Amino acid sequence: MNKKVGIVIVSHSLDIAKGTADMVRNMVGSAIPLAYCGGNSDGGLGTSIEKILTAIDEAWSDRGVAILVDLGGAETNSEMAVEMLPENRRGKVVVCNAPIVEGAVMAATEAWGGASLEEVKRTAEELSPQ
Amino acid sequence: MKDWLMKSVVVTHSIGLHARPSVKFTKLAKGFSSAVEVARSLTGPWFNAKSIVKVMAIKAGKGSTLHLRARGSDAGDAITTLSGFVASEFDEDRTNAASG
Repeated sequence: MNKKVGIVIVSHSLDIAKGTADMVRNMVGSAIPLAYCGGNSDGGLGTSIEKILTAIDEAWSDRGVAILVDLGGAETNSEMAVEMLPENRRGKVVVCNAPIVEGAVMAATEAWGGASLEEVKRTAEELSPQ
Repeated sequence: MKDWLMKSVVVTHSIGLHARPSVKFTKLAKGFSSAVEVARSLTGPWFNAKSIVKVMAIKAGKGSTLHLRARGSDAGDAITTLSGFVASEFDEDRTNAASG
């Protein structure tokens, strides 16, 4: 069982999602569960609920999972993915209202330190315009 | 409550306290139970060194001075480690870095 909150990165572009995950791995390290996805089911720009669900599964931690998204559909599809999770997992996954790259690095740093899901989300969202 | 233990250190790294060292700085600070704060000026404002958002916002460039202060059971170690990290131009290997 992982004792640290997991991070999921969801972008319309697989390149952005992968690049963001690379930055997190490089800056924060490999001690936190991390997964990313991007692109629709045809491989074009977009997001896919199925891919988001797979990423949540990959980064799963009983401490919870924080999702960082880029624009519009990434957020709504992530919220739909959360709703489709089994009931015992649903309450442990949150979508952060934060810029995707900065939010992912900040959230991952906080998760690395053993913070709770609420603290991880709050840290990422400290960056958002009030 | 005991007094703060303080130390000032000049940032000599050519780019200053940029993104990657900010994360490392915060991770090092999180390894201590003491309260650890950092400021650009001795008159403050003082920021929580364990907050990545605050540390990232400091943006201390080359030649600027960072003031560190810590209070708690491992305050001395915290000051030594963090000032050493800055003085060594963010070379984690040359400090008594917390692992991970």
